[in-house]
Amino acid sequence: MKRALVLLCAALLAAFSLPPSAKEAVPVAADPQLEQRAMRLAEELRCLVCQNQSLADSHAELAVDLKQQIREQVKAGRSDTQVVDYMVERYGDFVLYRPPFKASTAVLWVGPFLLLLAAIIGLYVTLARRRSKAEEQALSAEEVARAEALLEGKAEAPK
Amino acid sequence: MKRYLIPLVIFIVLVGFLAVGLQLNPREVPSPLIDKPAPPFSLPQLADPQRQLSQKDLLGQVWVLNVWASWCVSCREEHPLLVDFSRSKLVPLYGLNYKDKRNEALAWLKQFGDPYSQSIMDADGRIGIDYGVYGVPETYVIDKQGVIRYKRIGPVTREILDAKILPLVRKLQG
Repeated sequence: MKRALVLLCAALLAAFSLPPSAKEAVPVAADPQLEQRAMRLAEELRCLVCQNQSLADSHAELAVDLKQQIREQVKAGRSDTQVVDYMVERYGDFVLYRPPFKASTAVLWVGPFLLLLAAIIGLYVTLARRRSKAEEQALSAEEVARAEALLEGKAEAPK
Repeated sequence: MKRYLIPLVIFIVLVGFLAVGLQLNPREVPSPLIDKPAPPFSLPQLADPQRQLSQKDLLGQVWVLNVWASWCVSCREEHPLLVDFSRSKLVPLYGLNYKDKRNEALAWLKQFGDPYSQSIMDADGRIGIDYGVYGVPETYVIDKQGVIRYKRIGPVTREILDAKILPLVRKLQG
Protein backbone atom coordinates (compact mmCIF):
# COMPACT_ATOMS: atom_id res chain seq x y z
CA MET A 1 0.00 0.00 0.00
CA LYS A 2 2.71 2.41 1.07
CA ARG A 3 4.77 1.42 -1.91
CA ALA A 4 1.90 2.07 -4.28
CA LEU A 5 1.50 5.53 -2.79
CA VAL A 6 5.17 6.29 -3.23
CA LEU A 7 4.99 5.13 -6.82
CA LEU A 8 1.92 7.25 -7.43
CA CYS A 9 3.61 10.31 -5.99
CA ALA A 10 6.68 9.69 -8.12
CA ALA A 11 4.53 9.34 -11.22
CA LEU A 12 2.67 12.56 -10.43
CA LEU A 13 5.92 14.40 -9.83
CA ALA A 14 7.29 13.15 -13.12
CA ALA A 15 4.13 14.19 -14.92
CA PHE A 16 4.21 17.74 -13.57
CA SER A 17 7.91 18.33 -13.96
CA LEU A 18 8.07 17.70 -17.69
CA PRO A 19 9.82 20.53 -19.46
CA PRO A 20 7.15 23.06 -20.40
CA SER A 21 8.73 23.79 -23.77
CA ALA A 22 6.51 21.35 -25.63
CA LYS A 23 4.18 23.99 -27.14
CA GLU A 24 6.36 27.05 -27.58
CA ALA A 25 5.09 29.56 -30.13
CA VAL A 26 7.14 29.71 -33.27
CA PRO A 27 9.46 32.67 -32.99
CA VAL A 28 8.73 35.31 -35.61
CA ALA A 29 11.98 37.07 -35.15
CA ALA A 30 14.20 34.79 -37.17
CA ASP A 31 17.13 36.85 -35.96
CA PRO A 32 18.26 35.10 -32.76
CA GLN A 33 19.53 38.37 -31.36
CA LEU A 34 16.11 40.01 -31.66
CA GLU A 35 14.45 36.91 -30.25
CA GLN A 36 16.82 37.03 -27.29
CA ARG A 37 15.95 40.67 -26.65
CA ALA A 38 12.23 39.92 -26.92
CA MET A 39 12.56 37.06 -24.45
CA ARG A 40 14.60 39.18 -22.05
CA LEU A 41 11.76 41.72 -22.10
CA ALA A 42 9.17 39.00 -21.65
CA GLU A 43 10.97 37.81 -18.53
CA GLU A 44 10.52 41.24 -16.97
CA LEU A 45 6.77 41.27 -17.57
CA ARG A 46 4.10 39.47 -15.63
CA CYS A 47 1.50 37.29 -17.25
CA LEU A 48 -1.86 38.58 -16.03
CA VAL A 49 -3.68 35.33 -16.53
CA CYS A 50 -1.36 33.22 -14.42
CA GLN A 51 -0.12 35.96 -12.18
CA ASN A 52 2.95 34.31 -10.75
CA GLN A 53 4.58 33.60 -14.07
CA SER A 54 6.43 35.89 -16.39
CA LEU A 55 5.27 36.30 -19.97
CA ALA A 56 8.31 34.32 -21.05
CA ASP A 57 7.37 31.36 -18.86
CA SER A 58 3.65 31.39 -19.45
CA HIS A 59 1.79 29.47 -22.11
CA ALA A 60 -1.55 31.12 -21.54
CA GLU A 61 -3.04 32.29 -24.80
CA LEU A 62 -2.79 35.94 -23.81
CA ALA A 63 0.87 35.50 -22.92
CA VAL A 64 1.57 33.95 -26.30
CA ASP A 65 -0.18 36.91 -27.99
CA LEU A 66 1.72 39.42 -25.91
CA LYS A 67 5.04 37.71 -26.63
CA GLN A 68 4.14 37.98 -30.29
CA GLN A 69 3.48 41.69 -29.78
CA ILE A 70 6.87 42.11 -28.15
CA ARG A 71 8.61 40.29 -31.01
CA GLU A 72 6.88 42.42 -33.62
CA GLN A 73 7.71 45.62 -31.80
CA VAL A 74 11.32 44.64 -31.24
CA LYS A 75 11.55 43.74 -34.91
CA ALA A 76 10.05 47.10 -35.84
CA GLY A 77 12.96 48.70 -34.01
CA ARG A 78 11.18 49.99 -30.93
CA SER A 79 13.31 50.45 -27.83
CA ASP A 80 12.98 48.38 -24.65
CA THR A 81 11.38 51.31 -22.84
CA GLN A 82 8.85 51.77 -25.61
CA VAL A 83 7.83 48.12 -25.46
CA VAL A 84 7.54 48.20 -21.67
CA ASP A 85 5.54 51.44 -21.82
CA TYR A 86 3.19 49.81 -24.32
CA MET A 87 2.45 47.07 -21.77
CA VAL A 88 2.13 49.47 -18.82
CA GLU A 89 -0.30 51.68 -20.76
CA ARG A 90 -2.60 48.69 -21.14
CA TYR A 91 -2.13 46.63 -18.04
CA GLY A 92 -0.68 49.05 -15.50
CA ASP A 93 2.43 48.85 -13.32
CA PHE A 94 1.26 45.43 -12.23
CA VAL A 95 2.80 43.87 -15.35
CA LEU A 96 6.23 44.96 -14.23
CA TYR A 97 8.19 42.63 -12.02
CA ARG A 98 10.23 45.68 -11.11
CA PRO A 99 7.65 48.37 -10.37
CA PRO A 100 8.86 51.97 -10.67
CA PHE A 101 9.58 54.00 -7.55
CA LYS A 102 6.53 56.23 -7.01
CA ALA A 103 4.56 57.57 -4.08
CA SER A 104 2.25 54.56 -4.28
CA THR A 105 5.12 52.06 -4.36
CA ALA A 106 7.41 53.76 -1.85
CA VAL A 107 6.39 51.45 0.99
CA LEU A 108 7.09 48.46 -1.23
CA TRP A 109 10.61 49.62 -2.03
CA VAL A 110 11.63 51.23 1.26
CA GLY A 111 9.58 49.13 3.71
CA PRO A 112 11.97 46.16 3.99
CA PHE A 113 14.94 48.45 4.66
CA LEU A 114 12.98 50.35 7.30
CA LEU A 115 12.09 47.05 8.99
CA LEU A 116 15.73 45.99 8.87
CA LEU A 117 16.78 49.31 10.39
CA ALA A 118 14.16 48.96 13.13
CA ALA A 119 15.39 45.45 13.87
CA ILE A 120 19.03 46.60 14.10
CA ILE A 121 18.08 49.44 16.46
CA GLY A 122 16.00 47.03 18.54
CA LEU A 123 18.89 44.60 18.75
CA TYR A 124 21.33 47.35 19.72
CA VAL A 125 19.05 48.69 22.45
CA THR A 126 18.46 45.23 23.88
CA LEU A 127 22.16 44.42 23.92
CA ALA A 128 23.08 47.75 25.51
CA ARG A 129 20.47 47.25 28.18
CA ARG A 130 21.74 43.76 28.89
CA ARG A 131 25.33 45.01 29.18
CA SER A 132 24.46 47.77 31.64
CA LYS A 133 22.51 45.27 33.72
CA ALA A 134 25.58 43.00 33.82
CA GLU A 135 27.73 45.94 34.97
CA GLU A 136 25.29 46.78 37.73
CA GLN A 137 25.64 43.29 39.05
CA ALA A 138 29.48 43.48 39.14
CA LEU A 139 31.03 42.20 42.38
CA SER A 140 32.40 44.51 45.02
CA ALA A 141 35.99 44.08 46.29
CA GLU A 142 34.77 42.39 49.44
CA GLU A 143 32.69 39.88 47.44
CA VAL A 144 35.66 39.12 45.19
CA ALA A 145 37.84 38.38 48.20
CA ARG A 146 35.18 36.09 49.62
CA ALA A 147 34.75 34.27 46.35
CA GLU A 148 38.48 33.72 46.11
CA ALA A 149 38.54 32.39 49.64
CA LEU A 150 35.77 29.98 48.78
CA LEU A 151 37.54 28.83 45.65
CA GLU A 152 40.73 28.17 47.58
CA GLY A 153 38.72 25.94 49.86
CA LYS A 154 39.16 27.94 53.06
CA ALA A 155 36.27 27.34 55.35
CA GLU A 156 34.24 30.33 56.26
CA ALA A 157 31.60 30.71 58.79
CA PRO A 158 28.24 31.45 57.21
CA LYS A 159 27.13 34.99 57.80
CA MET B 1 3.95 40.36 31.39
CA LYS B 2 5.18 43.31 29.34
CA ARG B 3 7.69 41.18 27.49
CA TYR B 4 4.86 39.05 26.12
CA LEU B 5 2.83 42.08 25.18
CA ILE B 6 5.11 43.28 22.37
CA PRO B 7 5.21 39.99 20.41
CA LEU B 8 1.47 39.70 20.91
CA VAL B 9 0.88 43.16 19.44
CA ILE B 10 3.17 42.38 16.48
CA PHE B 11 1.32 39.12 15.96
CA ILE B 12 -2.06 40.84 15.96
CA VAL B 13 -0.84 43.43 13.47
CA LEU B 14 0.44 40.66 11.18
CA VAL B 15 -2.85 38.80 11.44
CA GLY B 16 -4.62 42.05 10.57
CA PHE B 17 -2.53 42.53 7.43
CA LEU B 18 -3.07 38.91 6.45
CA ALA B 19 -6.83 39.12 7.00
CA VAL B 20 -7.10 42.21 4.79
CA GLY B 21 -4.76 40.73 2.19
CA LEU B 22 -6.76 37.53 1.94
CA GLN B 23 -9.96 39.42 1.28
CA LEU B 24 -8.52 41.28 -1.69
CA ASN B 25 -9.01 39.79 -5.10
CA PRO B 26 -5.60 39.53 -6.78
CA ARG B 27 -7.31 39.22 -10.16
CA GLU B 28 -8.71 42.70 -9.91
CA VAL B 29 -5.83 44.73 -11.15
CA PRO B 30 -6.69 48.43 -11.34
CA SER B 31 -6.78 49.33 -14.99
CA PRO B 32 -4.63 52.25 -16.15
CA LEU B 33 -7.26 52.89 -18.83
CA ILE B 34 -9.80 54.42 -16.46
CA ASP B 35 -10.36 58.09 -17.39
CA LYS B 36 -8.41 57.58 -20.61
CA PRO B 37 -9.92 57.72 -24.11
CA ALA B 38 -11.17 54.35 -25.29
CA PRO B 39 -8.50 52.89 -27.60
CA PRO B 40 -9.47 53.27 -31.25
CA PHE B 41 -10.78 50.34 -33.23
CA SER B 42 -12.47 49.66 -36.51
CA LEU B 43 -13.63 46.08 -36.63
CA PRO B 44 -15.98 44.00 -38.78
CA GLN B 45 -19.44 43.51 -37.34
CA LEU B 46 -20.36 40.02 -36.29
CA ALA B 47 -23.73 40.10 -38.01
CA ASP B 48 -22.33 41.50 -41.25
CA PRO B 49 -18.54 41.32 -41.56
CA GLN B 50 -18.64 43.54 -44.65
CA ARG B 51 -19.50 46.46 -42.40
CA GLN B 52 -17.18 47.96 -39.84
CA LEU B 53 -17.83 49.60 -36.53
CA SER B 54 -15.46 52.12 -35.01
CA GLN B 55 -15.43 53.69 -31.56
CA LYS B 56 -15.88 57.03 -33.37
CA ASP B 57 -19.35 55.91 -34.48
CA LEU B 58 -20.36 55.75 -30.84
CA LEU B 59 -19.24 59.21 -29.74
CA GLY B 60 -21.91 61.40 -28.22
CA GLN B 61 -23.62 58.68 -26.23
CA VAL B 62 -22.86 56.68 -23.13
CA TRP B 63 -22.30 53.03 -24.04
CA VAL B 64 -21.23 49.80 -22.46
CA LEU B 65 -18.69 47.49 -24.01
CA ASN B 66 -18.78 43.84 -23.02
CA VAL B 67 -15.95 41.54 -24.04
CA TRP B 68 -17.25 38.03 -24.64
CA ALA B 69 -16.49 34.78 -26.41
CA SER B 70 -18.35 31.57 -27.08
CA TRP B 71 -15.52 29.60 -25.46
CA CYS B 72 -15.73 31.64 -22.26
CA VAL B 73 -17.51 29.82 -19.47
CA SER B 74 -18.05 32.81 -17.17
CA CYS B 75 -19.68 34.66 -20.07
CA ARG B 76 -22.52 32.16 -19.89
CA GLU B 77 -22.85 32.96 -16.23
CA GLU B 78 -23.38 36.68 -16.77
CA HIS B 79 -25.26 36.37 -20.05
CA PRO B 80 -28.84 36.10 -18.71
CA LEU B 81 -28.21 39.27 -16.74
CA LEU B 82 -27.00 41.09 -19.86
CA VAL B 83 -30.02 39.91 -21.83
CA ASP B 84 -32.25 41.17 -19.07
CA PHE B 85 -30.31 44.42 -18.83
CA SER B 86 -30.51 45.08 -22.57
CA ARG B 87 -34.30 44.82 -22.46
CA SER B 88 -34.40 47.83 -20.18
CA LYS B 89 -32.84 49.84 -23.06
CA LEU B 90 -31.15 52.16 -20.59
CA VAL B 91 -27.87 52.22 -22.42
CA PRO B 92 -26.62 50.60 -25.64
CA LEU B 93 -24.56 47.49 -25.04
CA TYR B 94 -21.88 46.63 -27.56
CA GLY B 95 -20.12 43.29 -27.67
CA LEU B 96 -16.47 42.72 -28.44
CA ASN B 97 -16.34 39.13 -29.61
CA TYR B 98 -12.84 38.25 -28.46
CA LYS B 99 -10.70 35.64 -30.23
CA ASP B 100 -13.68 33.67 -31.40
CA LYS B 101 -14.88 31.95 -34.56
CA ARG B 102 -17.74 33.71 -36.31
CA ASN B 103 -20.02 30.69 -36.73
CA GLU B 104 -19.50 29.63 -33.12
CA ALA B 105 -20.19 33.14 -31.88
CA LEU B 106 -23.38 33.38 -33.93
CA ALA B 107 -24.57 29.97 -32.74
CA TRP B 108 -23.87 31.00 -29.16
CA LEU B 109 -25.95 34.17 -29.47
CA LYS B 110 -28.75 32.19 -31.07
CA GLN B 111 -28.74 29.73 -28.21
CA PHE B 112 -28.44 32.14 -25.29
CA GLY B 113 -29.97 35.31 -26.73
CA ASP B 114 -28.35 38.42 -28.16
CA PRO B 115 -28.29 41.42 -25.80
CA TYR B 116 -25.93 43.44 -27.99
CA SER B 117 -26.87 46.39 -30.16
CA GLN B 118 -23.95 45.23 -32.23
CA SER B 119 -21.06 42.82 -31.78
CA ILE B 120 -17.72 43.33 -33.43
CA MET B 121 -15.14 40.67 -34.11
CA ASP B 122 -11.68 40.89 -32.62
CA ALA B 123 -10.50 37.61 -34.08
CA ASP B 124 -6.79 38.00 -33.34
CA GLY B 125 -7.30 39.70 -29.98
CA ARG B 126 -5.35 42.79 -30.99
CA ILE B 127 -8.00 45.24 -29.85
CA GLY B 128 -8.42 43.18 -26.69
CA ILE B 129 -4.78 43.89 -25.88
CA ASP B 130 -5.34 47.62 -26.45
CA TYR B 131 -8.20 47.47 -23.96
CA GLY B 132 -6.03 45.57 -21.48
CA VAL B 133 -8.28 42.51 -21.61
CA TYR B 134 -6.88 39.56 -19.71
CA GLY B 135 -9.85 37.73 -18.33
CA VAL B 136 -12.99 37.44 -20.42
CA PRO B 137 -15.67 38.60 -19.69
CA GLU B 138 -14.78 42.24 -19.13
CA THR B 139 -17.12 45.18 -19.15
CA TYR B 140 -16.40 48.87 -19.77
CA VAL B 141 -18.54 51.95 -19.36
CA ILE B 142 -17.61 54.63 -21.89
CA ASP B 143 -18.93 58.18 -21.70
CA LYS B 144 -20.16 60.62 -24.36
CA GLN B 145 -16.65 61.92 -25.00
CA GLY B 146 -15.39 58.39 -25.58
CA VAL B 147 -13.56 58.13 -22.26
CA ILE B 148 -13.49 54.87 -20.29
CA ARG B 149 -15.07 55.53 -16.91
CA TYR B 150 -15.38 52.07 -15.43
CA LYS B 151 -14.01 48.61 -16.00
CA ARG B 152 -15.19 45.34 -14.58
CA ILE B 153 -13.00 42.25 -14.86
CA GLY B 154 -14.94 39.01 -14.66
CA PRO B 155 -18.67 38.43 -14.88
CA VAL B 156 -21.03 41.28 -14.06
CA THR B 157 -23.33 40.42 -11.19
CA ARG B 158 -26.68 41.88 -10.27
CA GLU B 159 -25.07 43.70 -7.33
CA ILE B 160 -22.39 45.29 -9.49
CA LEU B 161 -24.92 46.26 -12.11
CA ASP B 162 -27.19 47.92 -9.57
CA ALA B 163 -24.54 49.44 -7.33
CA LYS B 164 -21.88 50.53 -9.82
CA ILE B 165 -22.80 50.38 -13.48
CA LEU B 166 -26.35 51.74 -13.49
CA PRO B 167 -25.71 54.71 -11.18
CA LEU B 168 -22.63 55.61 -13.22
CA VAL B 169 -24.51 55.35 -16.52
CA ARG B 170 -27.30 57.58 -15.19
CA LYS B 171 -24.78 60.11 -13.94
CA LEU B 172 -22.93 60.14 -17.26
CA GLN B 173 -26.14 60.45 -19.23
CA GLY B 174 -26.81 63.45 -17.02
